[in-house]
Amino acid sequence: MMKECMVRLIYCEMLGYDASFGYIHAIKLAQQGNLLEKRVGYLAVSLFLHESHELLLLLVNTVVKDLQSTNLVEACMALTVVSQIFPREMIPAVLPLIEDKLQHSKEIIRRKAVLALYKFHLIAPNQVQHIHIKFRKALCDRDVGVMAASLHIYLRMIKENSSGYKDLTGSFVTILKQVVGGKLPVDFNYHSVPAPWLQIQLLRILGLLGKDDQRTSELMYDVLDESLRRAELNHNVTYAILFECVHTVYSIYPKAELLEKAAKCIGKFVLSPKINLKYLGLKALTYVVQQDPSLALQHQITIIECLDHPDPMIKREVLGEYSYLLDKEKPEEVISRLYKLLRNQSVSSETKAWLIAAVTKLTARAQASDTVERLIEEFSASLDTCMRQHAFELKHLHENVAVMRSLLPVSKSCEDMVVDASLSFLDGYVAEGLSQGAAPYKPHHQRQEEKLSQEKVLNFEPYGLSFSSSGFTGRQSPAGISLGSDVSGNSAETGLKEANGLKLEGVKKLWGKEGYLPRKESAAGQEVEAPPGAPGISASENLDRVAARRTQAQALTQSKEEKEKQLLASSLFVGLGSESAISLLGKADTVSHKFRRKSKVKEAKSGEASSAHNLTCSSLDSLSNTACEDNAYLTTLQDGEDAKSKDFPLSSELSDSESLSELPLAEKLSDFSLSAPSLFADSDMEIFQPLSSAAASVTTDTTSASCFLEETTEDTCSGCVEVCSDETVSVSSYKLWKDDCLLMVWSVSSKSGSEVKGANLDIFPAQNFKISKHPGCCLPVTEAGSTRNFQYSLQMEKSFTEENLSGFVNYQMVDTHSVQLEFSVNLSLLDFIRPLKISTEDFGKLWLSFANDVKQNIKISESQAALPSALKTLQQKLRLHVVDIQGDEGLLACRLLPSTSSLLHCRVHGDGLALWFRSSCPALLDYLSCQCQKAMEGS
Amino acid sequence: MQFMLLFSRQGKLRLQKWYVPLSDKEKKKITRELVQTVLARKPKMCSFLEWRDLKIVYKRYASLYFCCAIEDQDNELITLEIIHRYVELLDKYFGSVCELDIIFNFEKAYFILDEFLLGGEVQETSKKNVLKAIEQADLLQEEMVYIRRQAVSTEGKYDQIQEIVVSYFYLQKVKMQTTEFKVDVF
Repeated sequence: MMKECMVRLIYCEMLGYDASFGYIHAIKLAQQGNLLEKRVGYLAVSLFLHESHELLLLLVNTVVKDLQSTNLVEACMALTVVSQIFPREMIPAVLPLIEDKLQHSKEIIRRKAVLALYKFHLIAPNQVQHIHIKFRKALCDRDVGVMAASLHIYLRMIKENSSGYKDLTGSFVTILKQVVGGKLPVDFNYHSVPAPWLQIQLLRILGLLGKDDQRTSELMYDVLDESLRRAELNHNVTYAILFECVHTVYSIYPKAELLEKAAKCIGKFVLSPKINLKYLGLKALTYVVQQDPSLALQHQITIIECLDHPDPMIKREVLGEYSYLLDKEKPEEVISRLYKLLRNQSVSSETKAWLIAAVTKLTARAQASDTVERLIEEFSASLDTCMRQHAFELKHLHENVAVMRSLLPVSKSCEDMVVDASLSFLDGYVAEGLSQGAAPYKPHHQRQEEKLSQEKVLNFEPYGLSFSSSGFTGRQSPAGISLGSDVSGNSAETGLKEANGLKLEGVKKLWGKEGYLPRKESAAGQEVEAPPGAPGISASENLDRVAARRTQAQALTQSKEEKEKQLLASSLFVGLGSESAISLLGKADTVSHKFRRKSKVKEAKSGEASSAHNLTCSSLDSLSNTACEDNAYLTTLQDGEDAKSKDFPLSSELSDSESLSELPLAEKLSDFSLSAPSLFADSDMEIFQPLSSAAASVTTDTTSASCFLEETTEDTCSGCVEVCSDETVSVSSYKLWKDDCLLMVWSVSSKSGSEVKGANLDIFPAQNFKISKHPGCCLPVTEAGSTRNFQYSLQMEKSFTEENLSGFVNYQMVDTHSVQLEFSVNLSLLDFIRPLKISTEDFGKLWLSFANDVKQNIKISESQAALPSALKTLQQKLRLHVVDIQGDEGLLACRLLPSTSSLLHCRVHGDGLALWFRSSCPALLDYLSCQCQKAMEGS
Repeated sequence: MQFMLLFSRQGKLRLQKWYVPLSDKEKKKITRELVQTVLARKPKMCSFLEWRDLKIVYKRYASLYFCCAIEDQDNELITLEIIHRYVELLDKYFGSVCELDIIFNFEKAYFILDEFLLGGEVQETSKKNVLKAIEQADLLQEEMVYIRRQAVSTEGKYDQIQEIVVSYFYLQKVKMQTTEFKVDVF
């Protein structure tokens, strides 16, 4: 039981709620629970706590006990948690035990032990210094997994001190040779590439070892050459290896032949239609250029073409790095191209800033250009501050060509220049500003925080002192006492603040152990003002003057600072909307969680067992679906050709269709189980759309004529039913299931075709309904003289199952005496049930929020054995909405007017259909399950 | 790897794993920012982002986004493959995995992740080995449940015991087929 609660608590915390009260229980569960509970307990601990959390100390004993356990699973769990979080000061308590595990007979234990030591090396390197010799043993382990795990440690150690491990170069080279040569067990292949993770790890190590070291580098030339040669398969993972290989080749002592090959590889990346590879290719070019600019020249055209690419990431890469390397194309041409881009509305302001920076660089080389002037004019009035600033920079530089030349020398990348990042030369200016009473600059996040805390202060003050102290400090104290006694005063407060949830935040600033803390925090905030930074000032001052004084500095620090500024700006705008999205997760969600999970999990388990049999149907579906999509792509391909936009759309379509079909295919080849992985096929969810669209057409609002016709033809029971008649008139009724009510239509028609005079219809009041005359006519049936229609909308007031609605019709005969005809119609609750169109995700949420459920098994005949047909029956007869179908399970939803919803989960097993209803209204559940049975048996 | 996030197209977090110690506040902020940034990207754009001083690698599978943060010198492409491998593992374990599987069994998804990545590094690259480790742990769990039930039901009806015994032996058989693991629960 505790285990279930813990799982739910983890979920709650993921949703953003404060779960700190349960941390101690997580530890207890790991301590005392059986294996089943221990596993969840350990998981919860690793998710809840962080390395320096005090509660973690309570776990040490448990870990020690489990490490000594003879049960492998227990030992595994302990090692797993140790490798994730462990208090640094307690390492000596477990270290000997873990060292012992390096000799364990099971490779999984050895592997995890190695990783635990890796973790220790990260947090406390000096504690594991003495076991370096054992790492070497792990490197030579007969199991590949253990060896691979030890590489993590070596990579880290070599990064810190490469000279100490040069002697291992030979071993690493040998291992890599074996891996590349396919000597490993097939298990380690990934899409028929031998152990790619291992290869990449080794390549990185070699890169570090061979850096600036000719002798060591010579040892690895062969294997690098082989790696480059072997990686020919056209799969992402080969590109990953190639990329790492190129990186290694360029970071070790250079060898011309290899460099050339690597450069060729980069060509493959840059020219690839796949956008990911293109991006990486451009990235790789950045370090290639440092060695050999001529290579970049080869790809100049591609680079320029990339400017037109829809992805700003790519553009930025292009703009940031290569504006200088343009030799063949005239700078003016490029500028005009950039200008065109700048004017494009869809380009984000961030990219625009990059664009204009690139223009600035280029302007240094172009002679006076009209475009530049036009550009300056246009963007000096831009609404975006960043853009305006850039435009001013450009303007001033443009006016003073000499300065520009000196600032932006041709054919040199800016990195070589010394940049005064702290902007110390502006100190005087800032001091002047401060002395004149200007507010000191605060970074954005600080301002935000202060604003928040001020708001909180305002909020809490009206409650008065005694009230809030009893309320909040009381709640806080259990945690406060159990937590670190050695940490004193204010720092403990802030620590708590970090650990706890949102709501207590403001209070803690007011209240501490000593009582009322009068705004200590904000006072401290004032003192720790950030050093004078440029962006803040510019906003408040005269732009022109500032620009004049700052241009030089700005131009120098452009690349670095700009980036930061962009981030700042984007974070400013990003944070706003998401609050509401989070709160959508509503309280109901968490409450519901407490009740409903267990049975679902069981269900899912049994589902797993049976799902294997029933997969064929869905996988076939998705297969044909992919086929369809391929067709679609083919047609778009042709279209593309027709339109003569050859290069771009063509290649991108190609790459897309490739990536779509490639995944499922590869998967199918590798394992023959027919399960089409639903996450792979992107369009899986849509496969069943035709089914639900039928339902959609039924429920669409019936104001248009066609809708009504469709409805009446599709639902037989809503057809015209004669309720009463005499020799001259007949009265028939329709039911119209409108979205918000039941609309009853009675039509009185004369049999002889003559006019019905003075017809009048009345309904006897019924206790369960609210009946009101419906204005307007929504019937397409012409209201000729021979027919009169009466419409009433019915709303349910009390729940019922079956009910008669009766009334009478008055009409006048030709000879002026009036006749009265009584009639009655039968209404069932079903008439008030409507499909509930929700997404699968909402379904999941709603499902958890309902407290009542009913389960039922229905035997179904052979003909219905397939789930879709069963669902269709339910959909048509009961007007349920099919939310989703997954394998042999289906989700349906409906609502009872006005607003009670009910969900149905059904699963086919053998010749039965297991139905599981949930709703907030128990009566509805019983009714629905009864109706479902009827519907299924009737068909 | 610094952290891994799974979130839906609607921006709801489905799974989070942090390999670097961060405060809750920081985590929430990062999650919020990243989810927004990634969701705003169009399908034709590349799967990599430079974000703060990290590189973000993300990929969408059906309605779920898988998003990893790696350090500067890490390889983006292999991170994509890590994501893919994780999806493969989930798929194999759940059998045609969908978002609902992860919602309802997210602790299982965590278990699988922990067998695949440990402390932010790839722990085991063999799909078979990862699944074996998970199966073993699962199997032991179920066994425990059955043993306990057996103990309870000896006082109960005869046919219940029968059923339990049968399923217990079935489990034993399965276990022998699938593992060479030494079990010392008893």
